[in-house]
Amino acid sequence: MTMPAAVRKKGWSRKQKRLAIIAGLGVVLALATTLVLVALRDQIVFFYSPSEIVSRQVPVGQAIRLGGIVKEDSWVRTGETNDFVVTDGARDVPARFIGILPDLFSEGQGVVAEGSMGVDGLFTASNVLAKHDENYMPKEVVNALKASGEWRPEDAQ
Amino acid sequence: MSIELGHFALILAFAIATISTIGGYAFWRSGNRIALVLSQGAILQFILVAVAFAALIQAFVTSDFSLLLAVNNSHSLKPLIFKISGVWGNHEGSMVLWITILVAFGAMVAAFGRRLPSDLLTLVLATQSLLTAAFAGFTLFTSNPFARVFPAPLEGKDLNPILQDIGLAIHPPLLYAGYVGFSICFSFAIAALISGRIDQAWARWVRPWTMLSWTFLTLGIAMGSYWAYYELGWGGWWFWDPVENASFMPWLAGTALLHSALVMEKRNALKIWTVFLSIITFSLSLLGTFLVRSGILTSVHTFASDPTRGMVILSLLALVIGGAFFLFALRAASLRQGGLFAPVSREGALILNNLFLATAVGAVLVGTLYPLVLDALVGTTISVGAPFFNLTFGALMAPLLLVLPFGPMLAWKRADIVSAAQRLIGAAALAVFLAILISALGGVSISLAPIGLLLGFWVAFGAIAELVERSRLGRIPLGESMRRLIGLPRTAWSTAIAHFGIGVTVLGIVATTAWETELVTTLNPGESAELSGYTVKFDSFDQVPGPNYIADEGRFTIVAPGGSTRKTIADRRTYVASGIPTTEAAIETYGFSQVYLQLGEPLENTHVVRIWHKPYITLIWLGTILMALAGVLSLTDRKQRIGAPRRAARPVAEPAE
Repeated sequence: MTMPAAVRKKGWSRKQKRLAIIAGLGVVLALATTLVLVALRDQIVFFYSPSEIVSRQVPVGQAIRLGGIVKEDSWVRTGETNDFVVTDGARDVPARFIGILPDLFSEGQGVVAEGSMGVDGLFTASNVLAKHDENYMPKEVVNALKASGEWRPEDAQ
Repeated sequence: MSIELGHFALILAFAIATISTIGGYAFWRSGNRIALVLSQGAILQFILVAVAFAALIQAFVTSDFSLLLAVNNSHSLKPLIFKISGVWGNHEGSMVLWITILVAFGAMVAAFGRRLPSDLLTLVLATQSLLTAAFAGFTLFTSNPFARVFPAPLEGKDLNPILQDIGLAIHPPLLYAGYVGFSICFSFAIAALISGRIDQAWARWVRPWTMLSWTFLTLGIAMGSYWAYYELGWGGWWFWDPVENASFMPWLAGTALLHSALVMEKRNALKIWTVFLSIITFSLSLLGTFLVRSGILTSVHTFASDPTRGMVILSLLALVIGGAFFLFALRAASLRQGGLFAPVSREGALILNNLFLATAVGAVLVGTLYPLVLDALVGTTISVGAPFFNLTFGALMAPLLLVLPFGPMLAWKRADIVSAAQRLIGAAALAVFLAILISALGGVSISLAPIGLLLGFWVAFGAIAELVERSRLGRIPLGESMRRLIGLPRTAWSTAIAHFGIGVTVLGIVATTAWETELVTTLNPGESAELSGYTVKFDSFDQVPGPNYIADEGRFTIVAPGGSTRKTIADRRTYVASGIPTTEAAIETYGFSQVYLQLGEPLENTHVVRIWHKPYITLIWLGTILMALAGVLSLTDRKQRIGAPRRAARPVAEPAE
């Protein structure tokens, strides 16, 4: 990021100085824009409901977010491994998370998990997003439930 | 009775603010009398809003459950401190806190601003009053905190247990003081645009307010980060969540503003840009407070969210921000531009700083709003997470950190880059040496770690090199050097300490990201686990009652690599009133590093325990504390007093207003 040596030369006109500064600004802005666009293409994570996972053939291993409701009576803990089923009422996706789940994680509640699908159809979560508030229902989950016709507003509030 | 008094006081404050706004904008040319009236109005607004705020606090402290807000957010068994902080742990109460801070800043301008030209003072106070009127009106008409409930229930529903923490008592007031403090810069910018007069004196008045707000915001964000770190039990300290980004953007813009106001003050340049930044910074603060609250963006940290008021909030934001930019578009051209300057100079370096910071704000803004836009346009739900921000923000910060130490070494107007580089050779060599040494000892777990270390050390040592250089250490006798060091202006110390703090924070981030270790295991009382040389022994597990919760308490003994032992407690609490569980992690600090223990829900007598070793993680927050200290130090400098700086005894070179 050092300035070109020529800039230090005396006798730069006002116009040249202005041009040098504008060129510098332009280069940084162009680089930043490129960076943002590349990152937006490669680094964003798509959100899927269980129905979409079944219908859209999500590539194995691709980082995604899965959102829905933790199916009743599906949460089984074996040591530090948690198995549960995420449902949107229409379809179910089995999921696994190793570690300690957030306090407000429970059956019948909304959940958003980050992770990827395995070849066996099991979703391995690397992170289960916590909520701070028992009333909070992720907007993505609400939309997914609406899409599958399972949305009952009185449950959420 | 006091509730109604509070309600009435807020209504009165709203009325006075409205009148001040109209009177101020109508008669700003009328000289001292109108300025005096608006000053008194500003102080009156502060007293009235303080009464309203005190009324709410009193209702919470005395557990007056005829107040709907207290019913929903308090409980008689709650410890006193959480009864008080519970006032702002919800939408309505936090609005009152926000307005209280807003009018407090307004009153401070009125009290300290007597030396300001009367037209400028009038316009600044009128704009502050406009903001007060807008947000007090919003509170009164859509989210009345003084609503009563009849019949009054015997007991409250309690506050969300995660909020029953000292963090709630500290974090929102600091954060709001930061956000709202930038309203002063905003008002100064609006005043400059309306009066069409902007000069170096303007920058001198704006800079202390920027510094004060920036200091609060720095502490507020750091406190929020530490709170989330210990309370949420994820062991993370930053998630690039919309709420965090919303507080980070005004910080970045405010940091840029600090530096551009400096250029304007010293060189009478960058005027329009500084005005623009003032508007942007407060706009981002408003966005930070309200966009996340409108329910449009989902965040894990939002508490006081209320989607029903979303449209009103958005209209209000559009009005304030849109109005300011409309005025800017209309009037910016009429402000006289300052001179140009050589790219290699102190001001050139400061422009580079502004360029990178502003671009970083843009990148964070795009990442935060992109999911919204995509959802609205295409209907695809995506999330933009840490990878996006790490890539874009990291790539923008790396060059900024690389050039940062050069800035203070360059002279104003025209500087010599070679001699600056020569003076930094020692810092550079030391940084390279330590980065290589630590990478060799610690092992390179992620490839960017050595670069991160290098940048962190470079910035920290560069700041020290600046002090060494200015005291001519090693080139003149030591005693003489020390005298020079002590005699340096406080602003020079403040620059060095703030930059050193940035280096420290960077080092903390790099170290904990690269060398953190983690273990999730099943552990029963009597068993122990080992991680990074630390032995964690699970001593016992009991159920213990707390004031308004029941705790499942795990007692642990940690044996450090050196052999020292410490006892610690990690528990899971179930709150009686709400039945909500929370996890309280056990955190033990060793030097700058921490061991972090989290206890899982018990399952048939087995316990899952998650243990982290986080090397040098406390440096992240220590660095921010250094930055805030630097802000305070700079404010104590004679030249930087809040309000109008006194004229120096000897005549100043540039003509002051």
